[in-house]
Amino acid sequence: MKDVILDYIRREYLDDEEAEEIRLDENTPLISSGIVDSFSMVSLKRFLEKKYSISIPDADATPEAFDTVSRILDLIARFRKEA
Amino acid sequence: MAYPGAAREAFAREIESIRGQGLFKEERFIHSPQSSGILVEYPSGEAPRKVLNLCSNNYLGLSSHPEVIAAAHRGLDERGYGMSSVRFICGTQDLHRDLESAITSFLGTEDTILFPSCMDANAGVFEAVLGPEDVIISDRLVHASIIDGIRLCKAVQDSYKHADMGHLESKLEEHQDKRIRLIVTDGVFSMDGDLAPLDRICELAEKHGAMVFVDDSHASGFIGKTGRGTHEHFGVLGKIDIITTTLGKGLGGASGGCVSGRKEIVELCRQRARPYLFSNAVPPPIACAALKVLEILSRTTERRDKLEENTKFWRKAIREAGFVIKDGESPIVPIMLFNAKLSQDVARDLFREGVYVVGFFFPVVPAGQARIRTQMSADHDIPELEKAVEAFRRVGEKYGILGLDKKGIVARYGN
Repeated sequence: MKDVILDYIRREYLDDEEAEEIRLDENTPLISSGIVDSFSMVSLKRFLEKKYSISIPDADATPEAFDTVSRILDLIARFRKEA
Repeated sequence: MAYPGAAREAFAREIESIRGQGLFKEERFIHSPQSSGILVEYPSGEAPRKVLNLCSNNYLGLSSHPEVIAAAHRGLDERGYGMSSVRFICGTQDLHRDLESAITSFLGTEDTILFPSCMDANAGVFEAVLGPEDVIISDRLVHASIIDGIRLCKAVQDSYKHADMGHLESKLEEHQDKRIRLIVTDGVFSMDGDLAPLDRICELAEKHGAMVFVDDSHASGFIGKTGRGTHEHFGVLGKIDIITTTLGKGLGGASGGCVSGRKEIVELCRQRARPYLFSNAVPPPIACAALKVLEILSRTTERRDKLEENTKFWRKAIREAGFVIKDGESPIVPIMLFNAKLSQDVARDLFREGVYVVGFFFPVVPAGQARIRTQMSADHDIPELEKAVEAFRRVGEKYGILGLDKKGIVARYGN
């Protein structure tokens, strides 16, 4: 799951030059570092909801909750359980 | 009145935090009309000194043009200072109708509605036209006012990588189930100075049944052979469904903006756009002066031609001096320094050399992309630009960055 999300972030948010320069792992800050801006975050949320058949309420889709892939994995686990 | 100590302290802490992050913005007081040479009091309290202005949006040098000033006086004398009303109560003069019609002809659209600013046009247009059954697909580097406008509207939001047509097409395919797909882009991007490829965007829009929105604030009056804007440059006049633009940059530089495009969209804005409905009409002196600006630009392309010449000179000279610039053809020429502190230091030293520029860094531009944004004007002449290149060369030498590429500058200063 981690690799699928990292791959999506690379394809969705990085251009060719950035893909070469930026090393992404599950602890890389995404929003606070500016890799994903808070406005473009909605496509990541939509991807996660579709891919993992969950629904993340807007109140939980905060820049903090989406700031690393590790936190995103926690979020997915939480909403899968709740479902 | 209740302004408890706790509130004051909380606000003061926030201001300190802005300072701590190096994001505190300070105004500099200008003691002269806007032009290529201005008298600036900086730091505050110091005697004003004359500097070359390389950071205004006065692209066509019309902000203090005698004909424009005379027209503003005429507006003031014949139609008064202000309207004391929103447009639909008793705030619409013949001048507003004439200006809307002149903008429509100039941009080659169907109809136009004025707003107090382009910020207001962008804040109002999406909500007035789109609903939850629609999608807005925007370039990721669009202006902040567009993002605010999109957030106020109930349409689904999506975005594509800057100017990446493959990514845009995949988004258009993904949203085929929506009633309306609206592609949203700046014509000229304000921080990078590059042009959106409107010819390819229009092709994709046609292929996928989408509409196109362009904010041409940094293009109206000078991009394209006769200055109509980015759509003229790419040969897609008449194909852009919504153009927003400002009277606050090339077109006189005072204030006011508009939505120009399909007549039904303009009519919906007149009925529903909240910044139009709830703020005062553009004041008569501004409306009258803006009409004069459009008349001047329709009479001759002299000013946009001079701006083009200055831009070509500046791009070539500053590159030859050993700086890294963003490629492009617009009068916005970003000189890349990558490191935030370096951008501030270089801007400060240039001011001492008599050149007024501003350094931009994250979050205004992406992290590691700090720069000095220089902007050309038809008011500049080549000898003063030559002097500015020399000033840049001296400051660049001091910091040892001349001839270095991105890797070299980052190796020396970090990013």
